[in-house]
Amino acid sequence: MRIKNFIKHALTGNEAAAYAMKQINPDVVAAYPITPATEIVQIFSKYVADGEVDTEFVPVESEHSAMSVCIGASAAGARVMTATASQGLALMHEMLYIASGLRLPIVMVVGNRALSAPINIHGDHSDTMGSRDSGWIQFYCENANEVYHTTIMAVKIAERANLPCMVCMDGFIITHGMEVVETLSDEDVREFLGKREPLYNLLDVKNPITVGPLDLFDFYFEHKRSQAEAMLKSKRVIAEVVRDYNTRFGTDFPDFVEEYETKDADFLIISMSSAAGTIKEAIDIKREEGIKVGLLRVKTFRPFPYEILREKIKGFKAIGIMDRAESFSTMGGPLSIEIKASLYPLEKRPSAIDFIFGLGGREFTLEDAFKVIEITKKLYEGEKLPEFMYIGLKGE
Amino acid sequence: MKKILSLKELSERNLGLAGGHRACAGCPFPSIVKMVLSSSDYPVVVANATGCMEVTTTIFPYTAWPVPWIHSAFENVAATIAGVETVYKSLKKRGLIKEKINFVAFAGDGGTYDIGLQALSGAIERGHNFLYVLYDNQAYMNTGIQRSSGTPFGAHTTTSPAGKVIPGKMQERKDITEIIAAHEIPYVAQASPSHFGDLIRKVRRAFEIEGPKFIAVISPCVPGWGYPENKSIEMAKLAVETCFWPLYEIEYGVYKINYKPKEKLPVKVFLERQERFKHLIQREDLINEIQKKVDEKWERLLSLDGKKIR
Repeated sequence: MRIKNFIKHALTGNEAAAYAMKQINPDVVAAYPITPATEIVQIFSKYVADGEVDTEFVPVESEHSAMSVCIGASAAGARVMTATASQGLALMHEMLYIASGLRLPIVMVVGNRALSAPINIHGDHSDTMGSRDSGWIQFYCENANEVYHTTIMAVKIAERANLPCMVCMDGFIITHGMEVVETLSDEDVREFLGKREPLYNLLDVKNPITVGPLDLFDFYFEHKRSQAEAMLKSKRVIAEVVRDYNTRFGTDFPDFVEEYETKDADFLIISMSSAAGTIKEAIDIKREEGIKVGLLRVKTFRPFPYEILREKIKGFKAIGIMDRAESFSTMGGPLSIEIKASLYPLEKRPSAIDFIFGLGGREFTLEDAFKVIEITKKLYEGEKLPEFMYIGLKGE
Repeated sequence: MKKILSLKELSERNLGLAGGHRACAGCPFPSIVKMVLSSSDYPVVVANATGCMEVTTTIFPYTAWPVPWIHSAFENVAATIAGVETVYKSLKKRGLIKEKINFVAFAGDGGTYDIGLQALSGAIERGHNFLYVLYDNQAYMNTGIQRSSGTPFGAHTTTSPAGKVIPGKMQERKDITEIIAAHEIPYVAQASPSHFGDLIRKVRRAFEIEGPKFIAVISPCVPGWGYPENKSIEMAKLAVETCFWPLYEIEYGVYKINYKPKEKLPVKVFLERQERFKHLIQREDLINEIQKKVDEKWERLLSLDGKKIR
């Protein structure tokens, strides 16, 4: 059941993220321009200039300082957000670990973009896959509408888990693609999120705290262990917040994994982000030809929902995994490696093939999606295939 | 507000740093921190760059800081304190916080001249209301005495060793005070723990001013400079008396020399007391070169004294 206050807008992913940020009305936003996420802070700074938000906007001189300002502000008890992409995310890499190690619930929207060299401004996941072990929760959104709603949910998830959170969307495909976005009212967002209630904060001068001390072999290990525990516990937080959101607003967003046409499927494709939309359409067409194929879309990559994936994949004979990043491991992309590891305890494991596709924004077409389905079908039929291959690559 | 407080008056306040920390014997930075923080008439929040100060004052589960304190990384103390100060500004604007708080960042020369220069430049350009205190020991002392761009000409460090062919660091140090002054912020100064009345007055003046403030404080280093551990303040004093480290301030663009030695001592008396310059004792040519540079800079300062430059 949908609540009455939904408003339909035509928005790009960047506009949807900026609009969500406006309604979230964070205390501090610190950001630096970078394609394809620039628009988010550009639009947001107009909200600030027009007095539509209470936020203090800090237009820093680098992404490293963007995350540093976010860390200082979050440690001072504020609700803090930023946005970046690609090289910017790479530049703030050092600070990502510090944000999560200090357990600061910063929310960052990322417009996924390829990493240099060669320099490229278009979408792939090499940037956020590079920070997958930085202790941040990571959501990968399929479309602008999901970006909008996930950004709002991420604030609550981050603050309840005391962990920072990235909301990822494919550069240009989502950041610049205009879609219908159904937004909540300002009041609904305000009510859903409430206020941040930090356990400690630096501005409480009567109760001084030391944040970020030197921590050697005596306690570092215990602190990392408790951080891992926080990530584990965040699974329950994510499940609860998404369920609460869906119940309140009549939405049906997945918490970890979305299933599409899996009930009677013979084999599965597993994907993330915008490519899932293309695959869903290809599945509809192929099903008319009698090919029973389904899709699992991994929405939450960190924490990795290995139990859910293991359970959902169990019993299938073949899976085709889609990676929009090259890990240079020589054994396929990061999603496929983690999915295969998830399946290891199963007695009967499916045959698996990884498809590396779309690097540097190379278009992933419906034809490519058909190819992915047909190759995975061959695997299902027992054909011997390599562990991974490239889709949409010239000369292959 | 009283401009100058006696050390006795200061000692009765929250010093901002407790005893029991693990700074080297004779290291002057704890005194510098205490002089700076106890000079504030209001509560302080402190940010600290990675370095000797952070390492020796906070080994978990201990802390020497009886004031709110944050360390996040090496090159970003200015951005970190900017984040904290921004929240204060936001709360203040919305009437959610009443009390006045002074924000202070501490960093060494590596975190200021080198790796932290960009974040510092950005934070002061944006006009955050905080005091940045550089404790300048003129090399990367925390990692074991490596040269920084704040290391003076001729100094031996482990990465500019005095060898058979090359006599120590062969480049001049950056003039960080002038670099910061070029940002045209309201208050920039150089101070020394040996002239503590001057240091305290400068800090208290800085706290009165809205906007970014910068004070460079010379902080002699026992192992890095190579002198007996009871001589740190004396070394700082010699740096001032030789005009190697002049005491001056630039308030809203107006230069003011705060101390003119009655008899300017030759720089040699400062250099010859330190292991890091001992290889220069036989090199009169190089000592003359250093003296020439000190004289030039001092003459320049004298010519600017009392003038509004920006």
